[in-house]
Amino acid sequence: MVSEEALWKALEGVMDPEVPVLSVVDLGVIRRVAQEDTVIHVDLAPTYTGCPAMDVIQKRVEEGLAEFGPVVVHTVLDPPWTTDWMSEAGRAKLEAYGIAPPVGKASDKRSLWAVQPTVHCPRCKSQNTELISLFGSTACKSLYQCRDCQEPFDYFKCL
Amino acid sequence: MKWDTCDPKAAYVLHLADDALILGQRLSEWCGHGPILEQDIALTNISLDLIGLARQYYQYAAEIMGDGCTENDLAYFRDSRAFKNHLLVEQPNGHWGDTLARQFYFDTFHFFQLEALSNSTDERLGQIARKAIKECAYHAQYSAEWIIRLGDGTEESQAKVKASLAHFERFAGEFFVPSDVDTQAAEKGWGPAVDALRPAWLEKVNSILTLAKVPSFNESTVARTGGKAGIHSEHHGYILAEMQSLARAYPDASW
Repeated sequence: MVSEEALWKALEGVMDPEVPVLSVVDLGVIRRVAQEDTVIHVDLAPTYTGCPAMDVIQKRVEEGLAEFGPVVVHTVLDPPWTTDWMSEAGRAKLEAYGIAPPVGKASDKRSLWAVQPTVHCPRCKSQNTELISLFGSTACKSLYQCRDCQEPFDYFKCL
Repeated sequence: MKWDTCDPKAAYVLHLADDALILGQRLSEWCGHGPILEQDIALTNISLDLIGLARQYYQYAAEIMGDGCTENDLAYFRDSRAFKNHLLVEQPNGHWGDTLARQFYFDTFHFFQLEALSNSTDERLGQIARKAIKECAYHAQYSAEWIIRLGDGTEESQAKVKASLAHFERFAGEFFVPSDVDTQAAEKGWGPAVDALRPAWLEKVNSILTLAKVPSFNESTVARTGGKAGIHSEHHGYILAEMQSLARAYPDASW
């Protein structure tokens, strides 16, 4: 029997294919991992409905835990994944990588539909930034630009 | 017809799925043709979200229908008459203002529809909607911002988007005319009574149109209906021809 702790530890080494500094644990997509009989069950919450990385993530999770026994990944839609589940460590890693971490809480759906958050530049830390496009290089990101250092940067948007 | 269904729940889920798939397919036509890279990426992001949502619905419908049915059968091996999407989503992309006017009417409806579906008596539909509404909020914000930018823009952009908004009014009306499937879904609590979504939709749409400095939605426009009964415009067959040809020429093909 493998301890849950060992399984979580192994998952910390499974990286997101599109944001390679974040592990699946940092991302908050692993909702449960446990061994029952010999089989390891993982509950995985997809980030975006159409995110093409989800198939790769699932495969990497299976590979990452393969040494402990057969792995079954269950996709769980509910409660839906939210950026609120991203770990503090994950947020810090994102920022160090040059992606601004999500600002605020995503719990109020109608608020997602309205005001823009104040996003600070991950490079020079200026608050003087502007939204270039709500949709960025991947489903989870928006494109911003810093008005002070002029650098364009990705913002991991609240969901 | 193969993969048509009389099961009221499957029929309702298919109606939801068909909207997402057909609009997702339409938006994907912009891939590589957007006016600038960021906007090309934005529309294809929205397309991807919608196709992802369509998959969730089709997988569920296939489970209800049983008999070995799969999501691919439902997307690729049904004919036009079996599709129950709204007429609006199958309309051609036209120019940028046309695409965004169509998107604006749809996203605003879609948000309120998903908000209601989040409280569905059907557990699975509730789960799918609670996930999708967060993505939809970004779509709705994006298309509303473009309507404002174009309406409150140059003389030319305003004239064009005004014409686009007026053109799609006749199709937007179909959202709120319940089909038999809608009525049954509302009775069972699977989904909202669509006519009840109209006031919130109208209020939101008009608030954006005011900011865009263009006329309010003309409520006396007669709604064109038929999409939800499978009676589509000529455009529908062309969409299916492009979308389904590979799957039909090479059944069971895989990447």
